[in-house]
Amino acid sequence: MVLSALAFYLFASLAVASAFAVIAARNPVHSVLFLILTFFNAAGLFVLLGAEFLALILVVVYVGAVAVLFLFVVMMLDVDFAELKRGALQYLPMGALIGLVVLGELVLVLGTMAAVPQSATVRTVPVPAVDEISNVEALGLILYTDYIYLFQAAGLILLVAMIGAIVLTLRHHDHVKRQNIAEQSSRQPEDAMDVVKVKPGQGI
Amino acid sequence: METVTLPAIDIARDMGLIAPEITMAVAAMALLMLGVFQSDARSRLVSNLSAVLLVAVAAFVVMTTGEPKLAFGGSFKVDAFASFAKVLVLCGSALAILMSRGFLHHEKLERFEFPVLIVLATLGMMMMISANDLISLYMGIELQSLALYVLASFNRNSARSTEAGLKYFVLGALSSGMLLYGCSLIYGFTGTTNFEVLGTVVTGGEMNIGLIFGVTFLIAGLAFKVSAVPFHMWTPDVYEGSPTPVTAFFAAAPKVAALALFMRVLGDPLLPLIHEWRQIIFFISVASMVLGAFAAIGQNNIKRLMAYSTIGHMGYALVGLAAGTVAGVQSVLVYLAIYLVTNVGVFVCILSMRRKEGMVEEISDLSGLSRTRPMMAFALAIFMFSLAGIPPLAGFFGKFLVFFAAVDAGLWQLAVIGLLASVVSAFYYLRIIKVMYFDEPAPVFERGIGTEMRLILTGSAALVLLFAVFGGPIISMAQHAAVSLMG
Amino acid sequence: MYDYFQSVLGLEWGYLVAVVTHILMITVGILIGLAFLLLMDRKVWAAVQLRKGPNVVGPFGLLQSFADFFKFATKEPVIPAGADKTVFLLAPLISFVLAFAAWAVIPVYEGWAVANINVGALYLFAISSLGVYGIIMGGWASNSKYPFLGSLRSAAQMVSYEVSLGFVIVTVFLLADSLNLSEIVMAQSGGVHHWYFLKLFPVFVVFFISALAETNRPPFDLPEAESELVAGYQVEYGSTPYLLFMIAEYANIVLMCALMTLFFFGGWHPLFDIAPFTWLHGVFWFLGKVVFFFFMFAMAKAMVPRYRYDQLMRIGWKIFLPFTLFWIFGQAVFMAVF
Repeated sequence: MVLSALAFYLFASLAVASAFAVIAARNPVHSVLFLILTFFNAAGLFVLLGAEFLALILVVVYVGAVAVLFLFVVMMLDVDFAELKRGALQYLPMGALIGLVVLGELVLVLGTMAAVPQSATVRTVPVPAVDEISNVEALGLILYTDYIYLFQAAGLILLVAMIGAIVLTLRHHDHVKRQNIAEQSSRQPEDAMDVVKVKPGQGI
Repeated sequence: METVTLPAIDIARDMGLIAPEITMAVAAMALLMLGVFQSDARSRLVSNLSAVLLVAVAAFVVMTTGEPKLAFGGSFKVDAFASFAKVLVLCGSALAILMSRGFLHHEKLERFEFPVLIVLATLGMMMMISANDLISLYMGIELQSLALYVLASFNRNSARSTEAGLKYFVLGALSSGMLLYGCSLIYGFTGTTNFEVLGTVVTGGEMNIGLIFGVTFLIAGLAFKVSAVPFHMWTPDVYEGSPTPVTAFFAAAPKVAALALFMRVLGDPLLPLIHEWRQIIFFISVASMVLGAFAAIGQNNIKRLMAYSTIGHMGYALVGLAAGTVAGVQSVLVYLAIYLVTNVGVFVCILSMRRKEGMVEEISDLSGLSRTRPMMAFALAIFMFSLAGIPPLAGFFGKFLVFFAAVDAGLWQLAVIGLLASVVSAFYYLRIIKVMYFDEPAPVFERGIGTEMRLILTGSAALVLLFAVFGGPIISMAQHAAVSLMG
Repeated sequence: MYDYFQSVLGLEWGYLVAVVTHILMITVGILIGLAFLLLMDRKVWAAVQLRKGPNVVGPFGLLQSFADFFKFATKEPVIPAGADKTVFLLAPLISFVLAFAAWAVIPVYEGWAVANINVGALYLFAISSLGVYGIIMGGWASNSKYPFLGSLRSAAQMVSYEVSLGFVIVTVFLLADSLNLSEIVMAQSGGVHHWYFLKLFPVFVVFFISALAETNRPPFDLPEAESELVAGYQVEYGSTPYLLFMIAEYANIVLMCALMTLFFFGGWHPLFDIAPFTWLHGVFWFLGKVVFFFFMFAMAKAMVPRYRYDQLMRIGWKIFLPFTLFWIFGQAVFMAVF
């Protein structure tokens, strides 16, 4: 128990610290790297909760794919973020105010942490206990049956995202020469070559 | 406490219940493939097919209307209310596609993705309307919004269009965040995401702060989608920057869907909390009406003006919602139907404002329209009178029903403020009529807006003009729908 | 070992100490193994080109890798003036740590994995998808053109091939009905005809080629294509940081070999489940298979010319991705029907 408590405090404090560093870092690339660290610690917390599938999916999807593209873009952008941030200071009072309001609200909500009385009867355990069935299996069993509608809807949303990306960025350039591999491979010597008999001293 | 048993998943039956949505999704993908494998020059085919599809699905929805039924473990609901709103949305989208063709052709934006995106957005709206679970609500909203963000920046070579899309996207993401925050609070404090179960858990008894906060955030997220004050900031910029047919689309179908969702959430499971949410709806409704009335006065760009007009009209529609009664829901539905028709008509006129050098969108460009294009000026005048709520045009009946429902529910202050706002907003609607009829003629617009545009214009003008004669069935259908929602 | 430590130090701390010891043993084992595999790589390459290869340090050049190690370790690390120092030094460390972290779940023999977790295969996939960070950070932090271009190339390349790798692994999951590596191996027990490469031969080929691309090995070594980018993301690195990159690269290659062994060639199971084959302990079967795949990697490096970048992308996205996707679909339908 000591070990898992230690692990929890390690992951939790690192997650908070690196989340803060994301907004505090001067260099945007560092910000993204801290963001990755935050994701990583969140994944660690999931593991401690016994949700290993979620943890790994978080790493695969967010850290392994999304954040890489993030990093890609941030590295390529030629934007002086320090310059951008200079003006941001004037919004600080407003931002701080909103932050305070949200904080107060959280305190208010969590301070009176009492669920609606009737809710106890409708609350259900979403997945069977960890030792009964593995995480992956439990998720798989409900994802493709009970939640098939939402699963397919999520698929459609991704389809729209894909169409959107193509609509907004794809440009057809007519002057680009492309390789046609099939044509290239099916080319025979006869198509490309003429054997010409040249008589000596005459030229072609 | 009564308990509800949600229907178990029965794929065959559930698929039957969402057949319209499945048709839309499959057809959208088929159209996409069709578009990819044919040349861009023939994107007209895709857009024709999309319009036919939307109309066909609307007919399908009408035919399959029946008793309220739940599908997919209670996350999807089919009832008369859903059918009414879906038909409105589908018609709005079909008209938007038809109206877009001339514009896209002239602006060289003809691409097959445009109608496909509209179809997918419409699918999202249908999912919103039928949502009976916080998760399916969110899924529907995201599907719709994502498609709309892309449509807003469809003219990617124009800085204004790109800006509109980006602004819409950033603020939309923020509002989705608020909505999700609200949903998670509601789930945390009630232990369920399903509306049926939620309805049994939520009782008006003692106040639960966590739940109230959740509902507040949910309303904030939804208010953004209907562009109600104080979540309206994106509206003028997005309306102005987007390509005009996209603006026409924005002003019609998505508003219907978002308000329907509003009514579904507040009118059904959260009805016991009416005293809490009514305060919020009261406020955003008043603020929207007032801002819509005053801010529109200074506008010169007609798309911007329509943006503020939309904000105002959403305010009037929310008056009916604040009533929280069957009559209130009915009045909102009628209001939305009238609003949709009128807006389509106005945007046909805006889309016809083309000179040799390109599209124009200033109000001054309309001056003297009565002499250069008398029929169009007449139609636009009818729409403006209707928007202002002058009897006996359709807009008057909408407002009348809404205010009547509010007074009936004891919200007479709301009705009074609404009336005053109407008077103020009449000023800028009438100003357009004055510009058209009494100012020196501006250079004439190009002729040849196309047969379908002329038909839409005539049809919508006729509907607005003769609502007093033909409105009965719509009002009774709306009542049927409202009863099915609130039981 | 676990029981011993737990009896001495108590359940929890004993476990911790035992795990750390286990990890150290595996790490040292891999490091020493790598030294000889590296030599083998060079020898194979030399043999294909009719050279002798390293043959000076020690008998047959066996100690060559150790000599290289000391050379790198004793040199002065040079950090470019414009470099982002922290990230620059962090990059090789990350590469190194990740390459070894993946070994935590590899079952060399039944029950020999440091962590026999339920989602072991997914863990491997997650770790291998992180490998790109070392490269991209190193390329960026060098603050120099060639490393940056190299790192961008490699990031795109690795992200692209991860997709088909992931899909191939799914086909294995479908057959084995588990994400646990030990269980996947157990499902292939009983001789060569139960190994998955027979049933899944086409996707095995995809896996092998994708593994080449994922580890930036020739013919897909575009991130460090010397004729275009000098040495890609490693240009500015020398001494120990370079050594770390190098070890990480080879550790990843051996990891990919181990994965092929586990997923398609029955892990520690002998060729046939009858007498002369079962005399050899399972660990040696596992190691033998890994060495065989490493030999294949070395041969590919020696024989196949480097691909062009657009060809690489084309293979990844337009051939492997649809192919594996259809394969999964077909296999699932087949398994559901029969």
